[in-house]
Amino acid sequence: MTATGTESALVGDLLDGKHRALARVITKIENRSPGYRDIVSALHTHTGTADVIGITGSPGAGKSTLVDKLARTYRDRGETVGVIAVDPSSPYTGGAVLGDRIRMASNVGDMDVFFRSMSARGTLGGLSTATSDAVKALDAFGKDKVIIETVGAGQNEVDIVKTADTVCVLVQPGSGDDVQMLKAGILEIGDVFVVNKADMDGAERTVAELEEMIHMRENPAAGLNTGHHGPVDDEEMEQVALDDPDEEAWDPRVVETVATDATGVDDLIDTLDEHAAWLSETGRIDDRARTRYAEEIRQLIRADTARLLEEVIDARGGIDALADDVLSKETDPYSVADELVGPVRECVDEELER
Amino acid sequence: MSTQEREEGRQIRCLIAKVGLDGHDRGAHVISRAFRDAGFEVIYSGLHRAPDEIVQAAVQEDVDVLGISILSGAHNTLVPKIVEGLKEYDAFEDTLILVGGIIPDDDRDEMLEMGVGAVFGPGTPMEETIEFVRENVHDRE
Repeated sequence: MTATGTESALVGDLLDGKHRALARVITKIENRSPGYRDIVSALHTHTGTADVIGITGSPGAGKSTLVDKLARTYRDRGETVGVIAVDPSSPYTGGAVLGDRIRMASNVGDMDVFFRSMSARGTLGGLSTATSDAVKALDAFGKDKVIIETVGAGQNEVDIVKTADTVCVLVQPGSGDDVQMLKAGILEIGDVFVVNKADMDGAERTVAELEEMIHMRENPAAGLNTGHHGPVDDEEMEQVALDDPDEEAWDPRVVETVATDATGVDDLIDTLDEHAAWLSETGRIDDRARTRYAEEIRQLIRADTARLLEEVIDARGGIDALADDVLSKETDPYSVADELVGPVRECVDEELER
Repeated sequence: MSTQEREEGRQIRCLIAKVGLDGHDRGAHVISRAFRDAGFEVIYSGLHRAPDEIVQAAVQEDVDVLGISILSGAHNTLVPKIVEGLKEYDAFEDTLILVGGIIPDDDRDEMLEMGVGAVFGPGTPMEETIEFVRENVHDRE
């Protein structure tokens, strides 16, 4: 697919480093404007140079403030930064108040930090496609680091894995219960755990809990040597640890920060860099990219077929009419679905027979 | 509005900006919320912003509407700076600029000449502002 006319001019301007063009491209991506696909296609070959970092965590954990300080520190190190901050949208009106920008006080007037607020715009697919395409735009623009800040905790957070190379999970001190709760959720996706507000009471305990959780994951026998069951000799413990077949595996880190005064941000960046180095040394960066593209292809196909079927629904008098038929017991949902998807299935069968 | 509609098509994006030294942002909060309820996406700048910051935000966020709230009386200094900044980044043509707050009648015409779309004083019904935005938001290709 190649871009034409205004699209190709826009792509050209973006690649030339025009902020306005970058901003407009992201708008087109968000709005799914006509031609946006051509734009993203044209940008694809220019991507792949940025480190993409995802920041997630519960609301109020300090994501925005940390992102601000991260951006500032990267800038001090001479690197350019793009930020996409996602906030929820109203399920009733579609409106949103996007408040993450307020926290970007350290980067005021620095156009080399490109900060973009993004509304989740409903939850069905839109979020991750728009976000990952916007990341591509920032990447193609030439940003060294792209930081994605997710909405507060929820199911969306797991989507960050599909978009970011390195996932950073923020945890607040004193949230022991939260840690328990998160164990099954976003704690599974963290490459780096950040205990923010580390000057608060309970920070040490939270760090210890996280460390324990990570080591449990790697070595289920760790922590069992409590003396209650008699001495366990060290060799035996080592043996259990060595059973892990993947010696190259990344050992998730726990970093303490106080985002408000940038304490620990240098450490965090060093850790993020280590993870980036590990990704490229082990070739995992390509594995992740492959998984990401596979998911993206699937998602696009799903969205495209859904759109086609919407047209079929409209052609049959709209979804309300179909629902009425079900309501009056003339038919049932399964039969309706079979009937509507039938022609598509026939096309597929024909294609496969060929 | 269905999810489908929300995912596709244009969404009106607004930046509500408090510029200069006045610390009164009740109006800015009220308008942010009203715009949200009208289905717009609203970015609120926070207090005490410099014109440069507002320009940076308006350009990067690619907003359709820039609502500037000024109650300090410094509009004759601040608004031209923002307009100039937007022009510098080729963002002026595409952005509907609104000014809200205490603007003396004598200054209104000057604001409008400068390229401000409308000036809304105290007591303007919220519906009027929202309607104005819907009708006057600039067309984009």
